[in-house]
Amino acid sequence: MEYINVVFQEVYKIIFLLVPVLVSVAMIVWLDRRVWAFVQKRRGPNVVGPFGLLQSLADALKYIFKEIIIPSSSNKIIFILAPIITMTLALIAWAVIPFGENEVLANINVGILYIFAVSSLGVYGIIMGGWASNSKYPFLGSIRSAAQMVSYEVSIGIIIINVLLCVGSLNLSDIVMAQENMWFVIPLFPMFIIFFISALAETNRPPFDLPEAEAELVAGYQTEYSGMMYAMFWLGEYANILLMCALGSILFLGGWLSPIDLYPFNLIPGAIWLIFKILFLFFLFALVKAVVPRYRYDQLMRLGWKIFLPLSLIYVVLTASYLFYFNLLPTI
Amino acid sequence: MIAHSIFFYFFSVVAIISAIMVTASKNTVHSVFFLILDFISISCLFIMIGAEFLGMIMLIVYVGAVAVLFLFVVMMLNVAQQKNQWFLSESSSKHIPIGIIISIVIFFELIIVIGGWKYKPELLNSNNFNTLSEITNTHSLGQILYTDYIHVFQISGMILLIAMIGAIVLTFRQREGVKKQSYIKQISRERSEGVEVLEVSSQKGVKVDD
Repeated sequence: MEYINVVFQEVYKIIFLLVPVLVSVAMIVWLDRRVWAFVQKRRGPNVVGPFGLLQSLADALKYIFKEIIIPSSSNKIIFILAPIITMTLALIAWAVIPFGENEVLANINVGILYIFAVSSLGVYGIIMGGWASNSKYPFLGSIRSAAQMVSYEVSIGIIIINVLLCVGSLNLSDIVMAQENMWFVIPLFPMFIIFFISALAETNRPPFDLPEAEAELVAGYQTEYSGMMYAMFWLGEYANILLMCALGSILFLGGWLSPIDLYPFNLIPGAIWLIFKILFLFFLFALVKAVVPRYRYDQLMRLGWKIFLPLSLIYVVLTASYLFYFNLLPTI
Repeated sequence: MIAHSIFFYFFSVVAIISAIMVTASKNTVHSVFFLILDFISISCLFIMIGAEFLGMIMLIVYVGAVAVLFLFVVMMLNVAQQKNQWFLSESSSKHIPIGIIISIVIFFELIIVIGGWKYKPELLNSNNFNTLSEITNTHSLGQILYTDYIHVFQISGMILLIAMIGAIVLTFRQREGVKKQSYIKQISRERSEGVEVLEVSSQKGVKVDD
């Protein structure tokens, strides 16, 4: 009986976390389109609801009522499994994101590795979708996407090592608490820039949206998908973008900590600060989409392997030697 | 405790079934997917015994990188629809004895390892494991790897480096007559060398590219 109570409590917590995440994913799509439109001097979605806020809801409704078409030559099980995997992986990573001192669903010791592992699993949704469609464009798109995600993960991993050197723990709450005096964006500013660009590539955002480059590949791995399955890919993609923004604000921008530890700012709960930081990073994501043209594929690979990887490795050596020389290495 | 054993049996049954399906499934891509399922359930087992760091590293390295490369190779070489022939055909039957020998060797190795652990418990105590509960798994692994076993650790790193260099040397060859793009040239192109403004007189035109 006690056991069932615990299970119900956890389920309640999970729903309390996931529903806001899903709603904010819908809102963030609207924000993305609005920012994009304003940069191009258009109005963007502004008809449904106040300021067009309910546009995503209307879109979701449309997707739900559309027919799901499964190509006859596709591999049906994997074809259906692919969007489910993308969506699930994008959502389960939120379990370890801390919104406050003790406001976290699962405060595990290897939180950052968990997020890294889940985001590296995300490539399977795309590969499976592209392969199971049994069609040329999705296959090419998924191959591109897999190569891109694997290569940028390497540099993200090494950037995370930079942060971990300063913290001495893999726990996300510890990472935030280590930034009480100074956010890591100040000493590790070059790494923050590289992390931001790698996050763009990792989530297949423009200017690195080669997997779904509409001029070459129709819609990449999503070409054969329709209705709710397409919407799930789309939701998973935006949930991943939000997750990357959350990770960036936890690693570099001090997570739930307020910028200044003074009277009026202390009163605002940590979750609000975290949301502000996530929104700020997402605003940058949206701006980049509107401002920068798409990369060529070979230059994308060159950027990942020949520039970001050596730079972040050099920075690891620099950080480690600085911490060692000035005896700042964190104690266990 | 009951929930613990339910989860344990669930993950181990999934691991064993998917390991069998890796060899039994007809479609090669399906085998790779079963291999991934196997890796994931084994990392869940690692996490269940408290080795959370190993479990996560297993996910990141094997599932996130190695299995992706497997999938790449299988998809690119177009062996997806290859039929698994087992004992039926002439051509594939000569691999069977080698496979049987290897599996017997692995079986005996496992018996020796598990037997040693079962009947000689002092084998485990040969090294000073730090099993204090407040030290996390990652810290204790690091303390052992970078102190007692630093030489072994470094040597294994060197072996991996040599393997990487070897793979590059084996596959890298300079081919003649291949057109290459030079980024420096492409980026450092200026307007003055790319564009030429000409006075074109009417009715005569102009001749370019000679």
